[in-house]
Amino acid sequence: MPTKDEIKFLSNPKIGQKRSKYCRFRRFGIRYIDYKDADFLLQFVNEQGKILPRRITGNSLKYQRKVSEAVKKARQLALLPYVTDLLK
Amino acid sequence: MKNYEVTFIVDSVLSSEEIKATAQTYADLLRQKGCNIVHVDEMGLRQMAYPINRRNSGVYFCIEFETLTGDLITEFELALRRDERIMRFLTVKLDKYGVKYNADKRNGLIGKIKKKEKVERGDFNDRGSRPRYNAPSAPAAPAAPADDQA
Repeated sequence: MPTKDEIKFLSNPKIGQKRSKYCRFRRFGIRYIDYKDADFLLQFVNEQGKILPRRITGNSLKYQRKVSEAVKKARQLALLPYVTDLLK
Repeated sequence: MKNYEVTFIVDSVLSSEEIKATAQTYADLLRQKGCNIVHVDEMGLRQMAYPINRRNSGVYFCIEFETLTGDLITEFELALRRDERIMRFLTVKLDKYGVKYNADKRNGLIGKIKKKEKVERGDFNDRGSRPRYNAPSAPAAPAAPADDQA
């Protein structure tokens, strides 16, 4: 019976396992989210212009609130739409 | 010292001198009230995400300034609201991270998001790039002698 170290696989046995989610703001030390940067904020918004939930984006609560506030300011300044189709 | 940032949209149908003059009047108004203007950013003519006052584009300006007291903000906003050339405005109080972000941005330390190029995949049924297999024209198999084995 071969030991665990001796077994070799043709493909990586870890394939298909869950990728760990992380908050990109905490990981990279970003403390401020600019509401004027519409291209950056498009990452947190779906094709209809709605804000994505944090279980999808992986943001921590603190930064999800900041993102949400920034998106709402951008919407007020017509940098992002309130409601649309085919945004991305 | 309190740091504020005001972003406003000027009507694009005005001539460029009038647009510049509008931004200049507000910068001067702030200076008169005793604010220290950190930066005036002209973001330029931009397409808006939805029409405002039946216009689809506007000239965006952003003025970052600092003051000791926040009293003049109300009067400043009142002046912005009265002006017919300004379609919309937003005043924001900046915390220390916001101030640092703006300073870094001006110094070029903050990069832009790179859009991922969508790879154009061809039709899966298209095998035109492969060389076609040609069967040999002359039958190569020799006629085998028939061994009759009963």
